[in-house]
Amino acid sequence: MSQVVEQGSTAGEGEVHSGLRLRSVTKSFAAFTAVDDLDLDVPSGSFFALLGPSGCGKTTTLRMVAGLETPTSGTITLSGQDITYAKPYQRPVNTVFQSYALFPHLDIFENVAFGLRRRKRPDVKKQVEEMLELVELGSQAHKKPAQLSGGQQQRVALARALINKPEVLLLDEPLGALDLKLRRSMQIELKRIQTDVGLTFIHVTHDQEEAMTMADTVAVMNQGVIEQLGAPAELYENPHSTFVANFLGQSNLIEGAVTGRASDVVSVDMHGIGVSVPAERCHAGGDKGWVGIRPEKVLIGEEGEALDAPGNTIPGGVVTDVSFYGVSTQYLVRMPWGQELQVFEQNTGRRRLFRTGDRVELSWRPEYAFLLDHSQDASAGSQRVAE
Amino acid sequence: MSETVRRRGRIGYLLLVPALLWLGLFFVVPLYSLVATSLFNADGSDLRGYQMSWAWGNYTDALDAYWQPLLRSLGYGAVATLLCLVLGYVLAYAIAFKSGRWKNLMLVLVIAPFFTSFLIRTLSWKLILADDGLVVNTLQLLHVLGSDGRLLATPVAVIAGLTYNFLPFMVLPLFASLDKIDHRLIEASSDLYANPFVGFFKVTWPLSLPGVVSGTLLTFIPAAGDFINVQLLGSPNQRMVGSVIQSLFTDANDYPAAAALSMILMVLIVAMVLVYVRRAGTEDLL
Amino acid sequence: MTGRWLRERIVLFLGLVVLLYTFVPIAVVILMSFNDPASRNVYRFDGFTLDNWANPCVDPSMCSALGRSVEIGLLATLAATVLGTLAAFALVRHDFVGRSATNLLIFLPMAAPEIVMGSSLLALFVAAGFSGQLGFWTILIAHIMFCLSFVVVTVRARLAGMDDNLEQAAMDLYATPAQTFWRVTFPLVFPGILGAALLSFSLSFDDFIITNLNAGQTTTFPMYVWGVAQRGVPMQVNVIGTLMFAISIVIVVSGELNNRRRTRSLTR
Repeated sequence: MSQVVEQGSTAGEGEVHSGLRLRSVTKSFAAFTAVDDLDLDVPSGSFFALLGPSGCGKTTTLRMVAGLETPTSGTITLSGQDITYAKPYQRPVNTVFQSYALFPHLDIFENVAFGLRRRKRPDVKKQVEEMLELVELGSQAHKKPAQLSGGQQQRVALARALINKPEVLLLDEPLGALDLKLRRSMQIELKRIQTDVGLTFIHVTHDQEEAMTMADTVAVMNQGVIEQLGAPAELYENPHSTFVANFLGQSNLIEGAVTGRASDVVSVDMHGIGVSVPAERCHAGGDKGWVGIRPEKVLIGEEGEALDAPGNTIPGGVVTDVSFYGVSTQYLVRMPWGQELQVFEQNTGRRRLFRTGDRVELSWRPEYAFLLDHSQDASAGSQRVAE
Repeated sequence: MSETVRRRGRIGYLLLVPALLWLGLFFVVPLYSLVATSLFNADGSDLRGYQMSWAWGNYTDALDAYWQPLLRSLGYGAVATLLCLVLGYVLAYAIAFKSGRWKNLMLVLVIAPFFTSFLIRTLSWKLILADDGLVVNTLQLLHVLGSDGRLLATPVAVIAGLTYNFLPFMVLPLFASLDKIDHRLIEASSDLYANPFVGFFKVTWPLSLPGVVSGTLLTFIPAAGDFINVQLLGSPNQRMVGSVIQSLFTDANDYPAAAALSMILMVLIVAMVLVYVRRAGTEDLL
Repeated sequence: MTGRWLRERIVLFLGLVVLLYTFVPIAVVILMSFNDPASRNVYRFDGFTLDNWANPCVDPSMCSALGRSVEIGLLATLAATVLGTLAAFALVRHDFVGRSATNLLIFLPMAAPEIVMGSSLLALFVAAGFSGQLGFWTILIAHIMFCLSFVVVTVRARLAGMDDNLEQAAMDLYATPAQTFWRVTFPLVFPGILGAALLSFSLSFDDFIITNLNAGQTTTFPMYVWGVAQRGVPMQVNVIGTLMFAISIVIVVSGELNNRRRTRSLTR
């Protein structure tokens, strides 16, 4: 959470913040704490993603912003106004529900008009028609929700929320029910609409790829707290915890002992092999740590082969598995200390494919490596595929 | 994450109290009255009044006098339930697995006849089974019945009437159970070398057991307590306990005996249900 | 080939035979409604006539019994539906002590034999000194009692099957709690309430065993039929039976067609 204050808050305390701000928000259900002392700032106009495995507290956070849950403690402000205890129908926040929650007894037009009618806005017909055009459903206005396909229902749910021009639009895994192809096109669509209307979007998802492609800021949540927050590339390239390293993409984490700290570089002894990590990518304080390197940053070569990677070279590997993916090849390489490391290599055609049993050596550029706290579980966050 | 949140507070009680009060006053309190009445002095009457005399003798007297109708009721009820199970299973199975797009329509047709008066339908059976009717004549022609044989005023007619009248109570729970069975399970069993009969007894039947248990209960309980069928289709030789209770109340005005007999019937039914449910291993139904 | 065709359809065929069997008495009722009986004492088809349909109220006591049954049916339905719907909302939406005892209390009247319920109510009325006042009101009380559980169970199933995100979505879209109830919850639960009301009416209208014990000198339609069954049944009874069947068929089939139309437009 200290990370959040470092990176997330652009406006200083006390100043009126134009976006959404959560301060020390906690939500407990009986013995279970879903959200634990959370601080969060979402600047207005941003596309913000809350990413985490199921049960991490992201949906509870979203529901507290929507007013569907009340925080156990803490405050939520929107454009400087305290909305912590405001009823859902009293706050300028709308939600696109995971199951869409379209009213089955009302047609598409009336579903979209629902919010306007409740607030007695004029020009309902014109606004609804415009909104339906925006989501390309103008011709479906008088059908019932059950008559539409999943993708169309998703767009109705979006239109029904957007038409109210909320200050913040909440999206609760809105693409979860769609198949992969539709998901991709809806992701682009959503991004386009967000840019068009310029509203603040908060998108809750457990799909790291979705969060990274759509959002300009991603907050990775785990067990009720935010692990790390930042731009997608920054999170991916420089993860601060083993959870983020594993949950966003894949990482090789190798145990090592810190042998020296210079102003810009940290030296680590990794099972007898000295490697270095840039100081700004070092997130471990003690004398031990996890050296992390993304599989696509690892180069693989024959023993003694000169590779384009001045710096960290680890000899003595044996290929134990080869998976050919077309664009790339994935190797598992058993290292002298028994650990298997992953290597992704682009199939550029310039290099030969290795076979199981080949003796190889690995290397990577020091600037790609990162160092994580040894007290963290090296496998944290890597089980997300099972969801 | 959207668990139903149940609100605590006064409103819940306010909504519930009218219905509970009604059921308490007119279902629970009457049961108490029934127990009390069954222990009143047997020589009292509506005019002279009754005293609570803890007359447990009412029970032994009632059993002595009416053990035959009592046993007959349970017997007829059991046979009718068994027949309902056979007919109902065939029908429910056909609707659940074989009806295709006509499923809902067939389901509706199962219920439709039963919105027509129970009594009028039973009177219809009286006509169908009449002494010179088509059914009796055919059976006589086939020598199933003797030339002076009849169906009315026999146990056959009574059980046939009970079976007919309580069939939907069997079909609907059976259908609900069968409809839930994943068809792929049956395919899987045939893939694993079960012939259709083995597949049925090893897969379909066990999975439909909850429906079988609730269907047999819903059929047996009203059938054992019924007296309309025996009165319209049977004769005094087939008297069931329901008719005895009703005539003790309305004709003989012997309230203590009627109440005692009523209690005996209820206790017997509850006991049988409990034993049955335990043996079928579906206690969670209750 | 035919053997295979037959084997695949044998169960459906047997099922249809069973279904047909349930309609045999109905066919007789319809036929007899056009019967021109030669004598009141012999119950058989003697000749075709429309007289029964033209003059349904030849026996005025039949029509007054019918009117009374309709009246009791409507009142019992109204009361049981209101009380039962409120209770169903409480059971699904509210938390309170004694939930399992409440569920048992609601379940028991559906499982208890009618003769026991009827005789215990009579025992209560007699003990309370109402044996002289048995009639319309005691019948109504009894009918509300046994319809109530069926209403609770039907409405509760509908409510429990409702996605509670819908109500949250309404609140999120600026609907106050009252607006949420009337614009979203009620319209969605209404089919369940309507179904419960139809079930209540038919239960009440058709009840004989409990009614007979608690009716005193009052006669409902089933009691009238019971009475004439011992003497000779006027053919007009079959007219009423046919009408009841026709009305219920119209209600259920139109409901079914409505469903079908909806699903067809879905798959288009």
